[in-house]
Amino acid sequence: MIAYVIRRLLHTVLVVLGISLIVFFSIRLTGDPVSVMFAAGEPTKEAIAEVRSNLGLDEPLYVQYGIFLKGIFTFDFGKSFRSGMPVMELINERIGATLALALGGMAVAILIAFPVGILSAVKRDTAVDFFGRIFSLLGISFPNFWLGIMLILVFSVTLQWLPVSGFEGFKHLILPSITLGLILSGILARLVRSSMLEVMNQQYVSTAKSKGISEWKVIIKHAFRNALLPTVTFIGLQFGSLLGGTVIVEQIFSWPGVGRLIIDAINQRDYPVIQGGVIYLAIIMVLVNLIVDLSYTLIDPRVKVGGSKS
Amino acid sequence: MTSVGLEKAVPVNPPRRPHLKKLWRFIKKNPVGFIGLILVALSVSCALFAPFITPFDPSKASLSSRLAPPSWADPKGESAFLLGADQVGRDLLSRIIYGARISLMVGIFGVLIAMVIGTVLGLISGYFGKWLDDIIMRVADIQLAFPFILFAIVIMSVLGTGIWKIIIILGLTYWVGFARLIRGQVISLKEQEYIQAAKAIGGTNFNIIRKHILPNVLSSILVLGTMYIAEFILLEASLTFLGLGVDPTIPSWGGMLADSRNYITSAWWTAVFPGVAIMITVLGFNLLGDWLRDKLDPNMKV
Repeated sequence: MIAYVIRRLLHTVLVVLGISLIVFFSIRLTGDPVSVMFAAGEPTKEAIAEVRSNLGLDEPLYVQYGIFLKGIFTFDFGKSFRSGMPVMELINERIGATLALALGGMAVAILIAFPVGILSAVKRDTAVDFFGRIFSLLGISFPNFWLGIMLILVFSVTLQWLPVSGFEGFKHLILPSITLGLILSGILARLVRSSMLEVMNQQYVSTAKSKGISEWKVIIKHAFRNALLPTVTFIGLQFGSLLGGTVIVEQIFSWPGVGRLIIDAINQRDYPVIQGGVIYLAIIMVLVNLIVDLSYTLIDPRVKVGGSKS
Repeated sequence: MTSVGLEKAVPVNPPRRPHLKKLWRFIKKNPVGFIGLILVALSVSCALFAPFITPFDPSKASLSSRLAPPSWADPKGESAFLLGADQVGRDLLSRIIYGARISLMVGIFGVLIAMVIGTVLGLISGYFGKWLDDIIMRVADIQLAFPFILFAIVIMSVLGTGIWKIIIILGLTYWVGFARLIRGQVISLKEQEYIQAAKAIGGTNFNIIRKHILPNVLSSILVLGTMYIAEFILLEASLTFLGLGVDPTIPSWGGMLADSRNYITSAWWTAVFPGVAIMITVLGFNLLGDWLRDKLDPNMKV
């Protein structure tokens, strides 16, 4: 067990290193990042020199990468070009809004997917199942940014029930959460359905049924509990894609989160903020995956933690 | 009509159009696949025949038709545009038809790149195992831990917009899905007796992979490829919507939706129809993929 935890931690460090390499070299893809940063205007020589020393670009590449790497592990992503504020401070101001949105999306996905998935499995091959599967398929075929626009059109513009944008209270959270969560709920409902079907063929479910326990009691107490495990893992692993999704949803609803910070930074060519924001989000995802993996082995002792690697 | 035996021997009403009947039987048996095929065919023909079927020039702006409503929803009855016009008076329908070209190009070429890289690496990883497998799978882990949208944001913010850039980035990111799928199948195929036999009689690795392994994983590649086309189309539209995808001057569905954001209160049609186009196309490929999976490889987990 301890060996597994250590290996999993090393693996996480490896992934963070990989991500740092990708980001570091992506920004330098075009050769000199300074020339990209000033693509809009005519920079003075002094300005270029200042940016160079600010970013440490006058150092050799391996020194630059070392500094960059040190920044990741000390959470120091430098200062914004535009505001001069430390990037970390800008992120801290906004990470709350992003996490609220991600959790809201998760809640929507779970609230929809579980009833749909369970009903589809219990009423297998009936009209209910059919509509459940259609729902899943539509879910994965829906562009989520378009869903957001349509929700605004219906609930904000036409019916005027909910606010169009901003983050001031619970009401503001509803539409963005639905936008983020509905797509995931399609995939999740599929998974709940298939793991329920798998469990319901098991002998202990038949035994429980034969003892005369009411159908729904069997479904909830015996089948659902056991079907929950793969689903919970999946939900944990999907947290990453939800965080990625916030980038788009925040843009539609003018949500003051990290995603919007990054997109604004792109438009202003504020590279320290882009780098810092992307790596920050990526590290959160990697850590969530790590926690999910580790807790999975704790929750379910049947999971093998021995030699096999994948 | 009354005698069953006679009916079997000599059809009383021989079908006049055997092809149509065959088609009908196919539709009744595979409604999902058929709907998928129709939807995909619709967008493919839009892309192929765009110059011949568009009612207007997709880039011709006109101030007088600025935000003109769809002709059937125009209270004044002046609008000439079936789906309305955008913020500079360009015909929405024509732009949507041309937009199919971008979406399909990204979907098909992006998947081809991902497919080739992923298949080669998956075959190597699964067949040879050991340190090659370790390296490839660790790189795959990193790719999986780093969500595409963030990766694309970093790269596109440096490189700028462009359709080929999107295609290459998608291909270079999504090979992982193919590689993992194929690796898993190769590992189990490798233990099969006929492969062992081929090895025993001195078949070279290259020939064994080409003749015995590749044909067995082709159907999975096809299924995953179809589903990835759907996903790539969605990703391209999302990126273009964020201003990080296709050049904004080219008519694309994501770009049209980005334009519509400022006019959503006054011109709903600019926000609705491009999204419908995306959904129809993506749904088509997803249905097709679902059907192919059930047909070719029902045990596949995608």
